[in-house]
Amino acid sequence: MSMVAIAVLALLALCLICGAILGFAAVRFRVEGDPIAEQINALLPQTQCGQCGYPGCKPYAEAIAGGDKINKCPPGGESTIQALADLLDVEPEPLDAVEGEVPPRVAYIREAECIGCTKCIQACPVDAIVGAAKQMHTVIVSECTGCDLCVEPCPVDCIDMIELGSNLQSWKWDQPLAPGQLIASDREQAA
Amino acid sequence: MTSLNVWDIHGGIHPPERKALSNRTPVRQVPLPARLVLPLAQHLGAPAEPCVTPGEQVLKGQVIAEASGFVSAPLHAPTSGTVSFIGPQPYPHISGIPAPAIVIESDGLDQWIELQPRTDYRELPPSELLEIIRQAGVSGLGGAGFPTAVKLTAPPTQAIHTLIINGTECEPYITADDLLMREKAAELVAGIEILEHLIKPQQVLIGIEDNKPEAIAAVRAAVGERPYVVKVFPTKYPSGGEKQLIQILTGEEVPSGGLPADIGMLCQNVGTCVAIHDAVLLGRPLISRITTLTGEALAEPMNVEALIGTPVAELLAFAGLDSSKLNRLIMGGPMMGFTLPSLDVPLIKTTNCLLASTRAELPPPPPALPCIRCGECAEVCPASLLPQQLHFFALGQEHEQLKAYNLFDCIECGACAYVCPSSIPLVQYYRAAKGEIRALEQKQQKAEHSRQRFEIRQERLRRAEEQKEADRQARAERAARAKEAQAQAGTTPSQDDPVARVQAQKVGLSDEQKKLKIEASMAQVALKKAEKQLSAHATPELEAQVAELRIAASNAQKALDEANAAAPPVEATAAPANDEAAKKAKIEAAMLRAQVRKLEKLETRDTEQQAELTRLQAQLASAEQALANAQQSAPPAKKPVADEALKKAKIELAMKRAELKKAEKAGADEAELNKLRDGLVSAEQALHTAEENSAKPAPELVRTEKRPIDEQARALKTEVAFARADLRKLERATDSDTAAIEAARQRLSDAEHQLQKHTDS
Repeated sequence: MSMVAIAVLALLALCLICGAILGFAAVRFRVEGDPIAEQINALLPQTQCGQCGYPGCKPYAEAIAGGDKINKCPPGGESTIQALADLLDVEPEPLDAVEGEVPPRVAYIREAECIGCTKCIQACPVDAIVGAAKQMHTVIVSECTGCDLCVEPCPVDCIDMIELGSNLQSWKWDQPLAPGQLIASDREQAA
Repeated sequence: MTSLNVWDIHGGIHPPERKALSNRTPVRQVPLPARLVLPLAQHLGAPAEPCVTPGEQVLKGQVIAEASGFVSAPLHAPTSGTVSFIGPQPYPHISGIPAPAIVIESDGLDQWIELQPRTDYRELPPSELLEIIRQAGVSGLGGAGFPTAVKLTAPPTQAIHTLIINGTECEPYITADDLLMREKAAELVAGIEILEHLIKPQQVLIGIEDNKPEAIAAVRAAVGERPYVVKVFPTKYPSGGEKQLIQILTGEEVPSGGLPADIGMLCQNVGTCVAIHDAVLLGRPLISRITTLTGEALAEPMNVEALIGTPVAELLAFAGLDSSKLNRLIMGGPMMGFTLPSLDVPLIKTTNCLLASTRAELPPPPPALPCIRCGECAEVCPASLLPQQLHFFALGQEHEQLKAYNLFDCIECGACAYVCPSSIPLVQYYRAAKGEIRALEQKQQKAEHSRQRFEIRQERLRRAEEQKEADRQARAERAARAKEAQAQAGTTPSQDDPVARVQAQKVGLSDEQKKLKIEASMAQVALKKAEKQLSAHATPELEAQVAELRIAASNAQKALDEANAAAPPVEATAAPANDEAAKKAKIEAAMLRAQVRKLEKLETRDTEQQAELTRLQAQLASAEQALANAQQSAPPAKKPVADEALKKAKIELAMKRAELKKAEKAGADEAELNKLRDGLVSAEQALHTAEENSAKPAPELVRTEKRPIDEQARALKTEVAFARADLRKLERATDSDTAAIEAARQRLSDAEHQLQKHTDS
């Protein structure tokens, strides 16, 4: 009987000590914020376009950390979904968007038509539009994320979304066909 | 003297050299082209910024585009003529994407701008010498096109001890440097001297492959007694790579991801040295270069000295291009060059070779087969990488693994693909993977940048919102405080009745009141300001100032209140009263008075009206009596209240007196006059009681000097004040005798008596 009591007491003491250590660690080494949400946020393209249904990339990152689907980011496309799937160890899903993946674009203001209402400036999440009331506005291309949030508020519809396309700086080599894909190569040769 | 030892590099291949095609004839001049296309990006770094406009006349050697950053190079007109166009033009790039360029229509005169040769460069400070090289637009002519001045100024982590001159030219077909060394050995050595003067290395090594005996002989002859070491080493591809050449000549390896400067070395191409010579000793900017035109599709392969911007088609035509034979036109060599998408592109500063090959010469690669893991590629890799592993990682897009296997140390020499038995285009995999990784990194950077901007914007909006909220609260608080202060300071009898107070303020403010009001509010504002200042930076001076201002403000407010209280009310209703009874009596009196006035105004009154008037006047008199009583019974705690009553009584008296006089003048009957006289007497009584209530005028009233009082009263008051002051002085002084004090007291009481008498009269 005393043996059982000793064992129970020993285990109890062990539990209490471990619990105290864990409790102390939880307080002492407390992690501020949600590290997973931060990691997810780092993978998102930060266009702040709101196409996911959240007001910006960070809220979506927090929503994903809270269990939302990972396929709601059209600007990020498949690569972002893949990266999120790797990070969260879930199955990648096809992109959930009306238009599917869109190529990178930037906003362009037809300056002759701009009336200087500043509505687009207020809509831009990254301050990429310069201008003042009753002055012509224009887009700083290098800062534009192509979120198209400025298109909707424009009262005179003078904002276009222009595809960036390929230039000498962004051009890159294509990956060759994987070896052994003879049929494609044969077709190439026959041509 | 350094030993002539050379080291070997890992790997390397020995492809057919095919240099004999073009190195048998001397360098020839190309006829002046009619049209030159000068892309703004002919070097690594930021494209140049055009400084001419279409239609402008330019001279040979004139700057047409300026460097737009530190890592950038200016561009010069290769011949005289007219700028005809600035905009996108065909550009020598595998993508075939046009690039911005300046087009010059040659005028055929080839007229030089005035040149400024600096043969005295040894006297120049290094910075000025570097500026000459920078302004001449010299960029690396070996292939990469890095701006030379930047390479020379880059702050070395370690002082440069070895200057290496690269005359290797290891790639098959190309003989441009070979011919340059043969024909311009003297200029080359002069250029090396400039470099040596500029960076002061301990040793200068000139590396030349042993397949160029004529060039070696020429350079050796030109070097003469100078302490430059011409090192000749066995031909092997790719020993001309910067890092490979350093290893061959010195046995040292440039660390992974590092630069030669990290181990105290600097490498310059022979062509660049000649360009530096031209820039400094001749004052000529970089406007032409020696280029190899070769390949079996050309009737006359040769080396030419061509102006930058000459269309490739013209150069090839000069060398006798047979377009029917032409299969692939390559800019650069067969190993590292790239296929040109069209013949319209111009020659640029980095073009060392144009290879017009036939199909038999460079057959299209057979279809790639799966890797058999033979390991040949790893054996030939000059950078000691594992091409096979890299290939698999590139296939699987495993970017982390690619980086871990040092993909970015790959110099894309093509040796691995050359030996691959499966004909796998390995280099293309690496290029694609590098591009992908760089693009992703850029995207990541942009995302990070956007995130920061977004967060900063959010923060800014939040701050603006907070500021707005704070302002709103501050306003509300201020309003509440002002109200409170007014309520506290407002000693008018109607302080419980804001409507009456507002009315009182609105109705009949005398000029003096207005002035006092302005003064009070100004004092209040000054106080607020000082308080704000104090809250921002609390210093003792400010504190003292605030205290002072507070007193001043309260004084001003008090004066204003006094004046408000003392001011003669224009309307009876405007006269404030804090006693219900007094109010009632007042209203009654006012009503009666109005009725009396109405009747009095009538020119002819019938007896009935006359009787009514008399009755009303009697009622008015009694009402006024009642009012006076009521005001008398009102608590005299507040002096201004009593003061108010006194004023009112005085006015009442004056009015009564005027009424009586009017009646006397109008010749009214005795009974009526008597009544009026009675009224006057009762008014006088009321005045007396009021005066008793307000026995002494408030000191503030004395202070507000501008109050209308008559001369005599003023004189008397002054006398009283003086007397009082004298008395106090005497009382304070301990040694003054009692007689003097008594006399002063007597004087004061006399003066007070006189003043009292005067006020009473």
